[in-house]
Amino acid sequence: MSYISLSDQDKKEMLARIGVSSLEDLFCCIPDDLRLKTDLRLPQPLTEPELTGHFEAIGLKNKQDAFISFLGAGAYRHHIPYIVDYLSSRGEFVSPYTPYQPEVSQGTLQVIFEYQTLICQLTGLEISNASLYEGATAAAEAVLMAWRLKGKPKVLVAGSLHPQYREVIRTYTKNLGIQVEEVGYDAKGEVDGEAIKSQLDGETSAVVCQSPNFLGAVENLERLAEAAHAKQALFVVIVAEAASLGLLRSPGSAGADIVAGEAQSFGLPLSFGGPYLGFMSCRKEYVRQFPGRIAGQTKDTNGKRGFVLTLSTREQHIRREKATSNICTNQALCALRATIFLETMGHVGMRELAYQNVQKANYALERLTAIKGVRKKFGAPIFNEFVLEFEGGYKKVAEHLLPQGVIGGLDLGPYYPGLKDCALFCVTEIHSRADIDRLAGLVAEVKR
Amino acid sequence: MNAEPLIFELSGATKKSFALPPLDVPEKKDALKDLPVREAIPGFPQVSEIEVVRHFTRLSQANFCIDTSFYPLGSCTMKYNPKINEKVAAMAPFSGVHPLTPPGLVQGNLEILKTLEEFLAEITGMDAVTLQPNAGAHGELVGMMLIRACLEGRGDPRKFVLIPDSAHGTNPSSAHICGYTVREVKSNDRGTIDLESLDREMTADVAALMVTNPNTLGVFEWDIRKIGEIVHARGGLLYMDGANMNALVGKFRPGDMGVDVIHLNLHKTFSTPHGGGGPGCGPVAVKKHLEPYLPVPVVERGPSGYRLDFERPRTIGRVRSFFGNFLVMVRALAYIRTLGAAGLKEAAEIAVLNSNYIRKSLEGVYHLKYASPTLHECVFSDKLQKEHGILNIDIAKRLIDFGLHPPTMSFPLIVPGALMIEPTETESRRDLDQFIETMKAIAREAVESPDVLKSAPHFSPVKRLDETTAARNPVLRWEEPKE
Repeated sequence: MSYISLSDQDKKEMLARIGVSSLEDLFCCIPDDLRLKTDLRLPQPLTEPELTGHFEAIGLKNKQDAFISFLGAGAYRHHIPYIVDYLSSRGEFVSPYTPYQPEVSQGTLQVIFEYQTLICQLTGLEISNASLYEGATAAAEAVLMAWRLKGKPKVLVAGSLHPQYREVIRTYTKNLGIQVEEVGYDAKGEVDGEAIKSQLDGETSAVVCQSPNFLGAVENLERLAEAAHAKQALFVVIVAEAASLGLLRSPGSAGADIVAGEAQSFGLPLSFGGPYLGFMSCRKEYVRQFPGRIAGQTKDTNGKRGFVLTLSTREQHIRREKATSNICTNQALCALRATIFLETMGHVGMRELAYQNVQKANYALERLTAIKGVRKKFGAPIFNEFVLEFEGGYKKVAEHLLPQGVIGGLDLGPYYPGLKDCALFCVTEIHSRADIDRLAGLVAEVKR
Repeated sequence: MNAEPLIFELSGATKKSFALPPLDVPEKKDALKDLPVREAIPGFPQVSEIEVVRHFTRLSQANFCIDTSFYPLGSCTMKYNPKINEKVAAMAPFSGVHPLTPPGLVQGNLEILKTLEEFLAEITGMDAVTLQPNAGAHGELVGMMLIRACLEGRGDPRKFVLIPDSAHGTNPSSAHICGYTVREVKSNDRGTIDLESLDREMTADVAALMVTNPNTLGVFEWDIRKIGEIVHARGGLLYMDGANMNALVGKFRPGDMGVDVIHLNLHKTFSTPHGGGGPGCGPVAVKKHLEPYLPVPVVERGPSGYRLDFERPRTIGRVRSFFGNFLVMVRALAYIRTLGAAGLKEAAEIAVLNSNYIRKSLEGVYHLKYASPTLHECVFSDKLQKEHGILNIDIAKRLIDFGLHPPTMSFPLIVPGALMIEPTETESRRDLDQFIETMKAIAREAVESPDVLKSAPHFSPVKRLDETTAARNPVLRWEEPKE
């Protein structure tokens, strides 16, 4: 199979016009002794039917599709209205690039403008960018932005922030002299307020917390915002489960200065971890330090409304090493899916979706904690995830579930030494009552 | 054409939208009691399904794209995106899998990761690959972190990174975020790295040279081996920005001549869709001595199947959540499997043929600052048209009237008024000729009727947009009209 559109005659005539006799002559600008003289060692090419069969065979080596899964932890399965796939697969959205030429990119640009508006509405902040890569790098970008704004060396990061996000923050900050200090969680599973107060000082640029946090707890954000602002630090809220924004009070209205996170829940399939959708919003006054592309509204020479990429003097192609971020290509097609998803759901659908998550998670929590030896670990209110502690450890529970076609929660032992018998369960609107009952029934069978 | 309304302007609070199945568990009345619940989402839209469908369909029609138009956006490699790869990526075993699923249940996905790593190592001539970076710029950042970690391992990370003045802006920005100070290396009159300048700048406190090859002019760095020797002799490492690797696949392997680290753009060289600006994927390939520093997790093939290795003491750490933009990787793997070695090489050859055909046909009509031979792209400028008051932007906007996407404008910075043209291998002779003839016609218009160019485009959904006001008085979101 080839995607070349030239005939042999075309090639011959084109070479003649250029004035060379062969394709190889076009490569004479590479020193001859550096040119590859043999074929790359790659498998024989496949036709379309062979290719499809090949990937179907690889797909069969995955065994997860017969399973019910209760994994969340930064990647969530939600209903995706069919029109999200239908509309986002249009070639006019899939095959252009960054809208550098606004006159022929109004589709992409208006979508970004609507996306930015939706993110602002959901997070309760004034401005949003056009997207970032995914949740963990969005969190790291938020930390770097806060550090540039405040110029102080220390950043306090909640230990209940997604462990992978914390790792990425460490990777991003370690070469820049930023000190990342972690703050523990309390018995309720919330950020330890006393620890925040004692660790916060005049050298702190930001306090970074996740809500709902990695342990499932919905944080009291006002309390944390007050603590951060009392020491002139910025309050950064990370949201890894964006569906929660349909129901919970917005971080912006609770005092967040920057909100960043993962919006995979807005119409993106699980996809084994990517592509996902990083988002970020902030207060208007911080726009000069905001990373990433931004679309803005303007008028054309006839006075008609139109949209352009704007404020690009923050960006790498203008500012080079002085840019607010090195990001160039981001996640436009994922942001399109999120926009279609949110506009299709509407405010009624978003609230209902979030409400069902709370209801089903609470139902599952009640069913599971009714089992002897299974205990709710933390007392804080939850959205769609919760931590359970299993007498005798979680490993044998997981091992009992798996052969029965159930993937239980995430074993927290490897992430938190203090939670070695605990697992994080996620229940969304996808799970039927029968799924949840089946999980509870199987957990009850485990001998303790 | 009327402006497409914003969705918020179509909203009606009691309109019916998507319906979820009814709640099938006993409703717990006090479930929200302790939660900080919001009243409403101010201004959030509520519209019917057909309104959404028409809205996005009409918006899509306001875009130029590869599927409808020639799109010679230089340095972006806007080649055809094979449709079958979309179908493969959408297959349930790939798109429906949670990333924390136990590895024993996702051996197929891990095989995809490992296989693609091995193919990219073969194509670049490198020893090991990480697929995790999300895009080219992210690959640069990861690549520079690897270099820093390696040099720290030797006892001194050093202070500076050298970058040619022709480089993409992400290069200096990525080096900076990695804690390095950037020093510029001048280009010579052939448009390549000036060896004397390199020799002078490559001091003992320089960590690396970042070189794009072929560079942003489409010119191959003839002295690449010598360049590598200079950098290595002084204890530095050679980073290659592989954004233009599409010109070289099957013809030249960076790993065979001194490159220590290279990133690739799957959304360029390996045909995955650009999506209006992402998602991309920017794998980084390294030589053996940098392998211990690769980000975690690393996929390993063992006797009992594939597994994920997190225990790597010298790793730079994690660079994103999970494993990267997996579905982009699936598409790239499908592309490599479809083309095979011969097809990939042919793609590079025809990309170079198409570019040189355009270059030869437009030489003399537009000014070419550098006479050096070029590979997959060529950079003209507006120098000749400027005499008639016409700038590159006018030429670009006039192309739109003929249904053609403009080239990249005003980059690289070493060519004032640049028009950077990259046709890619997938274009037909007819499309190439149409572009060439249109460019010639526009050059004539520049002399005969410059006003037509100044006021272009005339046939687009909107006319030229006021970008100055957009930046001066930013309106970055829709606001509910005040009563």
